[in-house]
Amino acid sequence: MSEGPQGVSRYTTGARINHWITAISLVLLALSGLALFHPSLFFLTHLFGGGQATRAIHPWIGVVLAVSFLGMFIRFAALNMWNKDDTVWMKNLGKVINNQDEGLPELGKYNAGQKLVFWGQSILIVLLFASGIVLWDVYFEDMTSVDQKRLAAVAHALCAIGAILIWIVHVYAAIWVKGTLRAMTRGTVSGGWAWKHHRKWLREETRKS
Amino acid sequence: MTNSWNDIKNADVVLIMGGNAAEAHPCGFKWVTEAKSTHGAKLIVVDPRFTRSAAVADMYAPLRPGTDIAFLMGVINYLLVNDKIHRDYVKAFTNATYLVREGFKFEDGLFTGYDPARRDYTDRSQWEYQFDDQGMARVDETMTSPNCVMSLLKAHAARYTPEMVERITGTPKDKFLKVCEMLATTANGERSMTCLYALGWTQHTVGAQNIRCMAMIQLLLGNMGVPGGGVNALRGHANVQGITDIGLLSTSTPGYLVLPNERETTLADYLKTRAFKPIRPNQTSFWQNYNKFFVSQQKAFFGAAATAENDFAFDYLPKFGTPFDTMKIIDAMAAGQMNGLICQGLNILLAGPDKQKTQRGLAKLKFLVVADPIETETARFFENHGEFHNVDPKTIQTEVIQLPVSVYVEEDGSFTNSSRVITWHWKAADGPGESRSDIDIMTGIYRRLKAKYAKDGGAFPDPVMNLTWNYSNPASPAADEVLKEINGYVLQDVTDPADPSRVLLRAGQQLPSFAMMTADGKTAGGCWIYTGCYTDGGNMTKRRDASDPTGLGVHGNWGFSWPANRRVLYNRASADADGKPWSERKKYVFWNGTRWTGADVPDYGPTVAPNRAAGPFIMNPEGAGRLYVRGAMREGPFPEHYEPMDAYIANPLHPKVSSSPVARIFAADKDSFGKPDKFPIVATTYRLTEHFHYWTKAVHGNAVMQPELFVEVGERLAKAKGVKNGDWVEISSQRGAIKAKAVVTKRLRPIKVDGKDCDVVGLPIHYGFVGLTKKGYPTNVITPSVGDASVNTPEYKAFLVDVKKTSAPATATV
Amino acid sequence: MATLQSLDIRRRSASTEAPPQIRKGGVEVAKLIDVSKCIGCKACQTACLTWNDLREPVGVTDGVYDNPRDLTPTSWTVMKFAEVETGPDLEWLIRKDGCMHCDDPGCLKACPAPGAIVQYTNGIVDFVSENCIGCGYCVKGCPFNVPRISKLDRKAYKCTLCSDRVAVGQAPACAKACPTQAIYFGSKEDMKVHAEGRIADLKSRGYKNAGLYDPPGVGGTHVMYVLHHADKPMLYSGLPENPRISPLVGVWKGVMKPLSLAAIAFAGAFGFLHYITKGPNEVAESDERKAAELTGGRGA
Repeated sequence: MSEGPQGVSRYTTGARINHWITAISLVLLALSGLALFHPSLFFLTHLFGGGQATRAIHPWIGVVLAVSFLGMFIRFAALNMWNKDDTVWMKNLGKVINNQDEGLPELGKYNAGQKLVFWGQSILIVLLFASGIVLWDVYFEDMTSVDQKRLAAVAHALCAIGAILIWIVHVYAAIWVKGTLRAMTRGTVSGGWAWKHHRKWLREETRKS
Repeated sequence: MTNSWNDIKNADVVLIMGGNAAEAHPCGFKWVTEAKSTHGAKLIVVDPRFTRSAAVADMYAPLRPGTDIAFLMGVINYLLVNDKIHRDYVKAFTNATYLVREGFKFEDGLFTGYDPARRDYTDRSQWEYQFDDQGMARVDETMTSPNCVMSLLKAHAARYTPEMVERITGTPKDKFLKVCEMLATTANGERSMTCLYALGWTQHTVGAQNIRCMAMIQLLLGNMGVPGGGVNALRGHANVQGITDIGLLSTSTPGYLVLPNERETTLADYLKTRAFKPIRPNQTSFWQNYNKFFVSQQKAFFGAAATAENDFAFDYLPKFGTPFDTMKIIDAMAAGQMNGLICQGLNILLAGPDKQKTQRGLAKLKFLVVADPIETETARFFENHGEFHNVDPKTIQTEVIQLPVSVYVEEDGSFTNSSRVITWHWKAADGPGESRSDIDIMTGIYRRLKAKYAKDGGAFPDPVMNLTWNYSNPASPAADEVLKEINGYVLQDVTDPADPSRVLLRAGQQLPSFAMMTADGKTAGGCWIYTGCYTDGGNMTKRRDASDPTGLGVHGNWGFSWPANRRVLYNRASADADGKPWSERKKYVFWNGTRWTGADVPDYGPTVAPNRAAGPFIMNPEGAGRLYVRGAMREGPFPEHYEPMDAYIANPLHPKVSSSPVARIFAADKDSFGKPDKFPIVATTYRLTEHFHYWTKAVHGNAVMQPELFVEVGERLAKAKGVKNGDWVEISSQRGAIKAKAVVTKRLRPIKVDGKDCDVVGLPIHYGFVGLTKKGYPTNVITPSVGDASVNTPEYKAFLVDVKKTSAPATATV
Repeated sequence: MATLQSLDIRRRSASTEAPPQIRKGGVEVAKLIDVSKCIGCKACQTACLTWNDLREPVGVTDGVYDNPRDLTPTSWTVMKFAEVETGPDLEWLIRKDGCMHCDDPGCLKACPAPGAIVQYTNGIVDFVSENCIGCGYCVKGCPFNVPRISKLDRKAYKCTLCSDRVAVGQAPACAKACPTQAIYFGSKEDMKVHAEGRIADLKSRGYKNAGLYDPPGVGGTHVMYVLHHADKPMLYSGLPENPRISPLVGVWKGVMKPLSLAAIAFAGAFGFLHYITKGPNEVAESDERKAAELTGGRGA
């Protein structure tokens, strides 16, 4: 049963918890990371108990994120496979941005933008994790050279900025597309939302039931 | 040192050989860098290893350990053959012109008069000068007679051709000749060369002759008594100069007076052989004053108990038969002839030449007292420390008593440094725990002995009961009071012999100079050479005026330099026979028409005019510097190369007498020497700059800087033995075997000796099984127990070993 | 030496506050290490331990004279020994390694913690431990591989050029302890003049390429070397030939910082503008109806 009086069921409780752990980790990582990235944001270290604590906690949050995101990846990788509808949708990105629906193909559970967010974050988190290990001196200081660490530092920062930008797109999309947020808060969306944005998915859900 | 530390800066050439000044004397080495940077002085280092001294040298030449005499005699040959000597100096100031008896010969490695049964030159009569009927030595001013010292020296040195030097020492000929050329640039009054040496020359069976050989070179070059010249022994401990000055040698009393031996039963007998009469006209022969120094010393020791009637308590002194130096003590202990040993400031287990023998000796004692500021291996000799010190404590019955001693910063006192400068040091802190000063410990022993004699009597209590002990606190004499006593004081008014109404010295005053000492008991002085260090003007050793009015490094108001506050010995030789400086550059002490004057205190009668022709070497009865020493040294009048007791090759000069024929070998040690067939590698031991003997392994900073024993192995040998950096290596000799980490280095240069590829390994001495450094084998497990013939120093610097790769030592059990 | 004493701060890590500027004419200091006079005695190392109250653990020998083998959080200077055969003769080049006190310090540039690294107007680059967060960025910023992070407290340590001693007119402990005056300390100008004399002496002894090591790539340094082979600094246990802050660090701590924040700000601004110009993407009533039709009226 995927649709009841409360709407169409989109995320299970497990998926929602998984998402929010990932989301909170990512926000905390962004805050602590930015605090150490740019002097004008160093004040953010106070959120974590000071500079030293921020430096110590950040990589552990990274571990939480990596594990949590792995769960997300397993859950959603299959649903994020690219198909020809996505290509058509991408060609019509301008319309999407301008709130025009006509001519867009019917979509499954995720549109191309969401898929790009998914794959983008997947790749960046792998890179962030790898470069983060190189920078995590407490445990791994002796395993790499200073030059490798320098490269890792630049890569880590670049990837982090990329991830933050994707995160902004992701969050804005949730704000802009009304009715989206409840998918992750209550697990359901309205039928109209599903019809409007993921009609193919709605049809499949309906057929299954 | 004949010259002073500061004086090194005046040198134009600095030769470091038989020492490693940069590493072992880094603070003094600053004067070498000063000479180099202020006037472009050149530094030469001759050493078996490329040391940290070599790292900053202009010229480095390798040589095989124990072949210094071959090298130096080669230098003498070069100087004589190429006429690179300072001829005027040699002629006027040395005994080159003296005629030697016709019977003097040197054949097949032996001088005339050798007795193989006694391993000694029992008849040295043919080594004497020719004397005229006045008792004066005959001379040949032309230096052409075949029996004059110069001719004899030429003949003796002629065998040491550059080819022979290379064959024996392994020093490449071109490098040897380059060194000769550099030294020869100082054979004039314009330039001077100093020589810095240390234990690298002394710790050989021919140690004293190594140094003597250098002294001869300096005489030939005219470098004795001149600024930037001299033969300079760099002493190891901060106060080891003071130790020898003050008589802590087995056969000396303070001031290098000689302890009477058992054949000298009266004062007159004793003085007869000490107070040398001049053997050339008009000479000073300063030892003629021996009786004044000796009687004053007896008065200082025994006060009113020393009277003219009792030969000034001459009988109170012990008379030695066998000299009981460290090696003899170890030998006697090991033979079970001793009950107890007081080891004060000495780690004899590591410092003696043969650890196993010392261990056996300590285990045979009834008691051992160790008085030291730190834990020593000696105090722990009964403990088992696994492979590093594998003994069975159950079999050792010796009772060991440890007395903690304060260190120098915890007490007032004085240091005498290598350049004879005595400086005071002030107590900075109390010693820890129950520690006491050495003075207090000795005082405690003395007072208990005296009380026991007072109570129980004894065979001969007089020396103990009558010892002068006039200290404000008899239980704890102040160092200041002791120094006052050492300086000497006036007991009764001394009047002018020419005018008895004129009082020269008043009773109670401090002696201003040893020249004022008398032989009639009116003056007392503990150590004549120190007189002047504590006058009525106060404690001169406390002076800290760094001014140097002439810029020649003569800081006359800094501390007190014995003798007579003189900084450069024999300094009258810095002027020519007429008293004029040899050159303006080296102007130092000279005759101004009425008296001797200049930068330093003249080492000469201040008003003795040059035309009296008294020689500058006033302690010698000749007045001259000696290129030939007659019977003064046991090995003979000239230095000669002898192989170390562990001989790497048969001596190419005289294979039948390969090693020293007079080296001191104890009966118990005669089979302890190695042969090259079994031990084909030459080894030497040395000190590292990071450590001081066996002390600083107890100090954190030093332990960090060099934490563990190692052996230095040249790349060629390492390759042959399959040894890599950091591998464990076993080094074995005829005496034993040790393990050490390998330091594979380019700095042990491959050399060729007598046609063979000769490999040398080097071992630092500092490690043991007590302290903060990693436990390590004491190196004296493998060093030979044999002494220099003249002064008994053990041969730590040249012996034979084998080397092989091995595994790490098992962890110690304690 | 009074003029060497000012501890006004010229630069402060991760800070934009303007430094104090009323004092003028402050003198830049320098330590001049004359490698040709150095005898490798390690007195400087020991003096450094003593003055700075450091307890380096006792290590082991592993086949070289270098002890400890390299700089550590408790050994701020170490002697490095290199056996070199440049010509027929062996040379044993002994170099005192430690912080070079760059005029353009890479550590300070990389440091994210405000005030954890400062540069005084006299040129000394100092780590202020209580501000250090232990991130190790200074290690990455340093072209000489000098800072070390302590495993004990995760703070960075290195030579302070004895800023505490210099502040009261004393030379650094190492210079004080050096027995051969291989370590000179004074104004940078004086040190350069002194070096000229030393270089002339070395040239007279046949070292044609003797010279001063004051690498321009880092703006010059406040620790300089007199080298016999100034053309080949690598001979001295790998002293870099032309040190400069790694370009990666330059990018990381240079353009990347403003560009990244700009990108984030732009993304945020774009969203905001998009929202107020295009409005929200809302589900229409007709969509709900169609959804209900599809699902059989069971929709919301």
